[in-house]
Amino acid sequence: MLTMNLEGLEMIAVLVVVVVFVKVLEQFGLLETDYDDSVEDELELSAVRHRPEGLEQLEAQTRFSRKELQILYRGFKNECPSGVVNEDTFKDIYAQFFPQGDASTYAHFLFNAFDTDHNGSVSFEDFVMGLSILLRGTVQEKLIWAFNLYDINKDGYITKEEMLDIMKAIYDMMGKCTYPVLKEETPRQHVEVFFQKMDKNKDGVVTIDEFIDCCQNDENIMRSMHLFENVL
Amino acid sequence: MAAGVAAWLPFARAAAIGWMPVANLPMPVAPTEKNKRQDELIVLNVSGRRYQTWRNTLDRYPDTLLGSSEKEFFYNEDTKEYFFDRDPDVFRSVLNFYRTGKLHYPRYECISSYDEELAFFGIVPEIIGDCCYEEYKDRKRENAERLMDDQEDNKDAKLPNMTFRETMWRAFENPHTSTMALVFYYVTGFFIAVSVITNVVETVPCGSVPNMKEVPCGERYTVAFFCMDTACVMIFTVEYLMRLFAAPNRYRFMRSVMSIIDVVAILPYYIGLVMTDNEDVSGAFVTLRVFRVFRIFKFSRHSQGLRILGYTLKSCASELGFLLFSLTMAIIIFATVMFYAEKGSSSSKFTSIPASFWYTIVTMTTLGYGDMVPKTIAGKIFGSICSLSGVLVIALPVPVIVSNFSRIYHQNQRADKRRAQKKARLARIRISKTGSSSALLHSKRNGLFNEALELTGSNEDEKHLSKSTSLIESQHHHLLHCLEKTTNHEFVDEQYYQQSYLEAGLQNYPSRSPSLSSQDGVTGTCCSRRSKKHHHTPLPNSSAPAHMQPLKHSHSHPQGLQELSTIHIQPLSTSRSSLNMRIEEPAPLNCQSSQITTAIITIPTPPVTTPEGEAHHPTTPSLQNVVKVSAL
Repeated sequence: MLTMNLEGLEMIAVLVVVVVFVKVLEQFGLLETDYDDSVEDELELSAVRHRPEGLEQLEAQTRFSRKELQILYRGFKNECPSGVVNEDTFKDIYAQFFPQGDASTYAHFLFNAFDTDHNGSVSFEDFVMGLSILLRGTVQEKLIWAFNLYDINKDGYITKEEMLDIMKAIYDMMGKCTYPVLKEETPRQHVEVFFQKMDKNKDGVVTIDEFIDCCQNDENIMRSMHLFENVL
Repeated sequence: MAAGVAAWLPFARAAAIGWMPVANLPMPVAPTEKNKRQDELIVLNVSGRRYQTWRNTLDRYPDTLLGSSEKEFFYNEDTKEYFFDRDPDVFRSVLNFYRTGKLHYPRYECISSYDEELAFFGIVPEIIGDCCYEEYKDRKRENAERLMDDQEDNKDAKLPNMTFRETMWRAFENPHTSTMALVFYYVTGFFIAVSVITNVVETVPCGSVPNMKEVPCGERYTVAFFCMDTACVMIFTVEYLMRLFAAPNRYRFMRSVMSIIDVVAILPYYIGLVMTDNEDVSGAFVTLRVFRVFRIFKFSRHSQGLRILGYTLKSCASELGFLLFSLTMAIIIFATVMFYAEKGSSSSKFTSIPASFWYTIVTMTTLGYGDMVPKTIAGKIFGSICSLSGVLVIALPVPVIVSNFSRIYHQNQRADKRRAQKKARLARIRISKTGSSSALLHSKRNGLFNEALELTGSNEDEKHLSKSTSLIESQHHHLLHCLEKTTNHEFVDEQYYQQSYLEAGLQNYPSRSPSLSSQDGVTGTCCSRRSKKHHHTPLPNSSAPAHMQPLKHSHSHPQGLQELSTIHIQPLSTSRSSLNMRIEEPAPLNCQSSQITTAIITIPTPPVTTPEGEAHHPTTPSLQNVVKVSAL
């Protein structure tokens, strides 16, 4: 009969053998130990796809003709095959028109102005409605749209801070290499000029009526409102 | 501008309405589409296969064949389509480029036929998208190398006017260039072999004097071996000196591996000559003789394979080092374990851990000499684990090294490629950015010249100037122009920005009302600085500082606002009149574009409303109307 003196090291040796054996069994799947089931969590939602409403409905809701809607949609779908624009894509597209400056802040405000239902993405309907106002709307509608753009928190008043943010965003688009050299206080000065012009009762905010009144009395602004009507 | 983005230009322009209420200046006029026609389908017949696309799609890239009027040469009146007698398969990629803005390179295409098609359609291959760029460049490089190899085979003619030194070097590097070089090559090879064999044979015991033990041949035929050694070393020395003389860069040659091997091969002989038969140093002398075996490495000049192997090992050095490190770890672990396992047994060979190293190495490399064997059960268990793991540890790295070698080799190449590509891509982006911004400035200048020439009634020149900008470009420029008007600042070139920044720093901010002296002073600096730089005599530069000042003071002067608006409206007539003053030179101006390209015409701002400014008027009546010419 074998007398096995299991000393310290021999015990370790046996332990090692047992562990290796267990691991081999696990490998073959004969022994089930707990493992995290994260496989299902890997299923990501596939890319969001959005199909716009029919052509007739869009024709009725906007002031574009059929052909114009077709041209618009083709361009839109080319750049965003999934049918919706999210903010980052929007910023990228807009930034390509302004190579010298940083257009991201202004693009952010613009995105919020187009995303009327505030769901974080601009679908073709939002896009085309916005364009319809801008290109084919009355001057009143355009001014209301501009007011909405400036009114960042959509409370009906444009404060100096909001205007300053917008102004800085616009000046950011110019970039660094400008003549004359852009200074820190240039946007602020511009905001002061704006408020002097628009804020009739000097209460520090511009309401929509003040805004529309003032713009309608300024012939420069009136003329420039008609500037882009033949864009499409 | 990218193709897809051009489709969003109407949106960007519409969004510009957001700037209108903020702007204080009136906006420039929008460019109209002169011949606005409905977007139509055009048919491109390429060797019988018909492709159809919108005309606008092709117009996106006006500097290619399909985007410009060059395609009219291929128009077939009878069938009302454009016929191209080219490869229809490659044309697919070309047309997709117009559609998506990205040029792809299909793998199955031959690189030279693809290049030819691109050249025909006027597309620069550099704009191939990143997905296919690597493949394209690889194939192109292979092709170029193949062409170069073909060329080299024909390039055996001796170049004239080579000095003797250059001829020698060339003979050494390429033995097949001349017969002398070939002879030399074989002779040295022969002597290397002789030397190596001599070293080997030297130690063979050959014959024995009856009453003494076997002696190696070296000690028996000392003189003969000495003569042989001397002859070989002399030949090697002569060869080394000749190479040193012929090398174009001696310092670099002396540092190269081959020359070090040469030196190490012949040095022991000379050291042996110098040293006497001293007991102390004879041990070192014997060691030196070992270095004679390095002569075998001289063969690597003769063998391409050896060189590649050497390069392989060098490039795999880190992997080899890691392998060695992991092996050492395993050896130490198992040696320790075996030592403690065998400690108990009597008469065990495992006397210490370093002694166990030998056992571990022999077991792991599956040699198993059998001079050391474990006797205890624990020792046997761990010993078997050691040999099993040894198989893995030793067998694994061999293919890993092989694949590592190819991976590292290609990876290095790819890293360099990626770096070059990144540089090239950044350069491309920068060029396109500066291209678009300089196109804007270019067109601004062109636009204003257009106005001037319109007045003078030279329609041909106007058309000549405006043909270069497409409609999309002019619309884009109009958009940027609106932004300039909104913010009352202009886009300028980097260089000019630096310049004006310096000037702005030099100027003291004048007091509320511009005084005579300050204006003059400022004028002086600006004028003098600018007049150094331009060819056009800057008459109007004196009004430049005046231009800058009203902006600064706009917030302080209540009439500053009015000033700003008057700035634009008023001088439109004066600028024209000023340009009229230069009517004599419109044609030459166009021709000598090198002078013009440094100019951008901006609108002057005569300080009419400031009272002090009035004082200037009598003195500078013409100056205030003239446009400011500033540098780009």
